Amino acid sequence: MNDVPVPYQVTGVRRESADTVSLTLAPAGEEALEPFAPGQFAMVYAFGVGEIPVSVSRIGRRELVHTVRSVGAVSAALCALRPGSQVGLRGPFGTGWGLERAAGQDIVVVTGGIGLAPLRPLVLAALAARRAYGRLNLLVGSRTPEDLLYADRIRAWVDSHGPLHCQVTVDRPSPAWWGHVGLVTTLLNSALFTPENTTAYVCGPEPMIRATARDLLHRGVRPERIRVSLERNMRCATGHCGHCQLGGVLMCLDGPVIGWDRVESLLAVREL
Amino acid sequence: MTSTTTLSMALPVEHRDRLMRLAREVSFEAGERLFEEGRRADRFWIIRTGTVLLDLHVPGRRAAVIESLGHGELLGWSWHYAPYVWQLGAETLSPVRAWEFDAEAVRAACARDPEFGRAVATWVGRVVAHRLQASRIRLLDLYAPYGSGTPA
Repeated sequence: MNDVPVPYQVTGVRRESADTVSLTLAPAGEEALEPFAPGQFAMVYAFGVGEIPVSVSRIGRRELVHTVRSVGAVSAALCALRPGSQVGLRGPFGTGWGLERAAGQDIVVVTGGIGLAPLRPLVLAALAARRAYGRLNLLVGSRTPEDLLYADRIRAWVDSHGPLHCQVTVDRPSPAWWGHVGLVTTLLNSALFTPENTTAYVCGPEPMIRATARDLLHRGVRPERIRVSLERNMRCATGHCGHCQLGGVLMCLDGPVIGWDRVESLLAVREL
Repeated sequence: MTSTTTLSMALPVEHRDRLMRLAREVSFEAGERLFEEGRRADRFWIIRTGTVLLDLHVPGRRAAVIESLGHGELLGWSWHYAPYVWQLGAETLSPVRAWEFDAEAVRAACARDPEFGRAVATWVGRVVAHRLQASRIRLLDLYAPYGSGTPA
């Protein structure tokens, strides 16, 4: 883990939707960050603008992919980068999804909006070791069909890995949409899993996470087996500044991926 | 919010069996209209396979799709509450197999046996509450730029 940003070069830019891009980053020099685990994040520094936490959305041998949505000054600057540009990276920070804990179990991945990005490495890792797990479900919620991340790659995952049970739902269908419409939790009705032998991974806006976790709990999934990724105001990412504190939990160290059993009661406290 | 709204999870087995005795198997092709907003809600369905879209008529425009329903879900609740008029339209997205129920027969069975009637009312109420809550969350437009609401 580096406390000082390491220079990385943008080697690829892929537009995922109108406001979201995936940046492929490779070390600009000899120095590189330690390997990331799925679910961990980096502090990405847009020089002269600022630094934000971004989960890794693909992990290569030396390259990292970060999928960034333009919603503020720093993320807008990152989204405007072109191949050859440089950024500073610190990391890896935080906890990973802990896919190894799901060995032998059914897996339910539930994502909303850009929440699919941090879960992509987990899906790829699970697909690469299909026999280690039970049934694999990927449930994706998106605002519109046009906002859906990695649409072509989702199709490829399904085509090339038959056992992946994938469903997508949108809030606002376009005339050409030919699929589910509604909240992502409704997809759980047709997901293939045995609740008492399931590990769930959930990432998206917090109200969507809460609704999903409660639904999974009610179906019988154990709270510690519901792994959620929470966003808080991360600044130092090293547990010193306290900006990302949620009760006794520091999200940059104890999270962003954390068991529902540890945060359910905290998320009900308005002051936090 | 919970999803204990599917028939198998929501109704005790004795009431479920009783309800199923009133069912008949039906199937529909993709693209079939099942009911129209404003018409009499004289039946309802439990979807076995396939997907049904609920939509709202918008004059001069294509019907707005509100929600999709799939396996195990109750299609239609307006039959349970006076004036028994559909609030939305419904169209099959794919070939659908379903259990179809005559609304009047089910209402009559509910009236004859208050315990059965209460169980059915609880189930339908739970479905309505679940869909209301899901709609409320969707109203937040969580996936929009900046999410919903303004910073505290």
